[in-house]
Amino acid sequence: MSAISPEAVLRVEDLSIVYRTERGDVRATNDVSFELRRGEAMALIGESGSGKTTISLALIRKLPKNAVITSGQILYQRENSLQDVLGLSRGQLRSFRWNDCAMVFQGAQNAFNPVLKIRKQFEDTARAHGWTDKEAIKKRALSLLELVRLDPERVYESFPHELSGGMKQRTLLALGVLLNPQVVILDEPTTALDILTQRAIIDVLNDMQRQLQFSIIFISHDLSLAAEMADTVATVYAGEIVEIGGVDEIFYRSLHPYTYGLLTSVPTLEHAQDVLQSIPGSPPNLIAPPSGCKFHPRCSFASEQCQVKSPYLQMDVGSHLAACWHKDRLLASRKEGT
Amino acid sequence: MPEPIIELQGVYRSFKSGRTIVPVLQDINFGINKLEFLCLVGESGCGKTTTGKIICGLLPPSSGTIRFEGQDIADLRGAERRRHRRSVQIIHQDPYASLNPTQTVNEMLSYPLLAHRLVNGRRGAENRVNELLDLVDLTPVEDYVDKYPHQLSGGQRQRVSIARALTTEPSVIVADESVSMVDVSIRIGLLQMMMDLRDRLGVTIVFITHDLALAKYFAWDGRIGVMYLGRLVEIGATQQIIAAPQHPYTKVLLSAIPEPDPQKTRSKQHIQLRSEDIPRLTELPPGCSFHPRCPWYAPGACDVAVPQLSLPPGAAVDSEVACIPLERGDELVLHDA
Repeated sequence: MSAISPEAVLRVEDLSIVYRTERGDVRATNDVSFELRRGEAMALIGESGSGKTTISLALIRKLPKNAVITSGQILYQRENSLQDVLGLSRGQLRSFRWNDCAMVFQGAQNAFNPVLKIRKQFEDTARAHGWTDKEAIKKRALSLLELVRLDPERVYESFPHELSGGMKQRTLLALGVLLNPQVVILDEPTTALDILTQRAIIDVLNDMQRQLQFSIIFISHDLSLAAEMADTVATVYAGEIVEIGGVDEIFYRSLHPYTYGLLTSVPTLEHAQDVLQSIPGSPPNLIAPPSGCKFHPRCSFASEQCQVKSPYLQMDVGSHLAACWHKDRLLASRKEGT
Repeated sequence: MPEPIIELQGVYRSFKSGRTIVPVLQDINFGINKLEFLCLVGESGCGKTTTGKIICGLLPPSSGTIRFEGQDIADLRGAERRRHRRSVQIIHQDPYASLNPTQTVNEMLSYPLLAHRLVNGRRGAENRVNELLDLVDLTPVEDYVDKYPHQLSGGQRQRVSIARALTTEPSVIVADESVSMVDVSIRIGLLQMMMDLRDRLGVTIVFITHDLALAKYFAWDGRIGVMYLGRLVEIGATQQIIAAPQHPYTKVLLSAIPEPDPQKTRSKQHIQLRSEDIPRLTELPPGCSFHPRCPWYAPGACDVAVPQLSLPPGAAVDSEVACIPLERGDELVLHDA
C-alpha cells in the first residue's frame, strides 16, 4: 500500500468492480486509481455505460447488490486520520456518508419528499447524523440556502412543488453540504436542466466551493462543463481511466486518442465553422470487452500491440497520464494538423 | 425570395389541462425554404416540439394556417392529403421509444412501403429496404435487416428511425432532438449523415434542438429560429445569430452556455438575468413574456405591448426579432440586477 499524499482527501487504488448478471460478469470498473486533493474539483468524463457512476457509487459504498469489488482500496483522510472506506462497519459507514462524503444523485431534485416541507427534510438529515438543536440546524440551513442564492426563509418553509427545477437543484446542493462534508460527488449536476438554470447552478457551485472549500468529484458527459469547472479531468472509457491530467492538459494537450476524439466531436459557439469528426464504432460490451486496449477497435492509431497488450496507467499523482501505446503518434499527427 | 416549401401563418396552439388552457404556441409566423437547413432552438416548454408536430400535420393548430407547397394543409383531402402525409416526415427524439420492439428492422421499413404502395410487392420492398439501410450506413445490410430494436445500439436505432422516415421519399423531415440521446462520440456522425441526405435526396431538414452549439454546426449555412415561451423571438442567418445575436433572450442564452475550452469558457462574460424564475405558460406576464427576466427591460413599454417579429430599423444584421426597444430603434441599456 502506497501512502496517501498529505494534501489528499481521497485515494483510490487499483479499484475493480464486477456486476454479476445472468448474461455474465460485467467488468464495469477496471484498475482505477486516482487521488483527490483538498479543494480540488475533478471531472470524470465519459459516455453512458463507461463506468463513471459505478466508480462514484463505490466511493460511498452504495453499489447495487450484484456488484462485487474484486480488488483495490479506497482511502479517506480527514485531519490526519486515515480511514479504509471499503473496511468501514455499518455504523462507521452511516457517519462517513454525508458527514464526510456526500453525493448528489442525477435528477435527485425530483426526489424530495413531496409531502414534507424543505425545513423538515433538512432537520431529518441533520438528526439522522446526531444533530438535535433545531435552531442550530436552521441557522446552518439558512446560511447555505443564501449561499446558493435562494430566498432562505421562503424556501425553508416551502414544499418541494412550490419550487422550480433549478431552485430544487440548488436546495439539494445546500442540503448536500449541510453536514460540512469534505468530498461532494455530483452525478450529472446540470443534465436535464435548462440552459439558463445550468448557468445558475454552475455559478452557485463555484461560489460554494470557494467558500466551503470542499472537494468535488463530478460525473458528466458534458465536456464544456468539465472545461468550466474542473481542476483535474479523468477520461473514463470501458471502465478504465484512460487519461488523467490538469484541465488545460486534457483540453489542449490530450494524449489519448479517445479523449482527443471526444474533443473533436463537440461543437462550439465560436464565430467560426467547426470542423468535427465522430469516433467510428460504438462503445464496447463490457461482458466481452475487446482484448488489449479496449479502445483499439475504434482507434485510428491501433497497431498489433494494442490488440494484444493493454496499456497501463501508472499512478503518479499530479502528472498528466494516458494509457496508450501511441501517445507520440497522436502528438505528431496533431502537430501536422495545426 | 425563394418559395417556402412550408409556411406557418399566425399559428396558435393551446392544450387543455384540467380546466385551464395552456397556450403552448402563440402567433408563430415563419417559412421554411426549400433545401435550407433550419434549426428551431429553445429551452424545454418553449413550444419547439409542438411546432414540429404542427409542421408535420400530426397536430392541428388551434388557429392559423400551415401551407405546404403553397396549399393550406387543412384543405387537403384524399390523395392530396396522403401525398402531404408522405412528403413530411418526423424523426423523434428517443430511439428507444419510437421503434416497435416486436418488429424487425425489415418489418418496420417494409410496412410503410407496402401501405403506401411505393414498391412492387415483397421483392420490391426487399430491394428498397436494402437501399435505405445502405443510405443510413447500416452496412452490411444482412447484419441489420432481421434485427429487433433491442439488438441495436442507440445510434443504430436512430439510423433505423431515419431510414423509416425516408421510406416515403419525403421532401421535408422534421428531426426533433434526434441526436440528444446518442453518445457524444457518435452524435456528429449521425448529424453529418442527416446533412448529407439533403444533397443526396433533396430533403429539407428542420432540426429541433435545445443545444445552440449543435444548431450552429447543423445550420451553419442556414437559419436559426429562437423560441421562448411559445413565441418565436428571433430568426435569422445562423452565422449572424451566433456572432451578433439581437434579441435579449438570444444574447443571454449565448452568454450562458459553457464552451469546451477551459480558457475561453472561464473568461466568458455572462449576462445576468433580472430573475431566474421561468414564468408558467398558464400565468404568462403581460407584454413581452421575457420582460420579468430581461436585463434590457424598458418599463412602461415591454410590460404593456406584445412585440411582433420584425426587422428592426437600422439594424446591422437582417435577423427578425420580437423586442419592443429594438422595434423602436433604441439601444439596449443594461439595468443593474
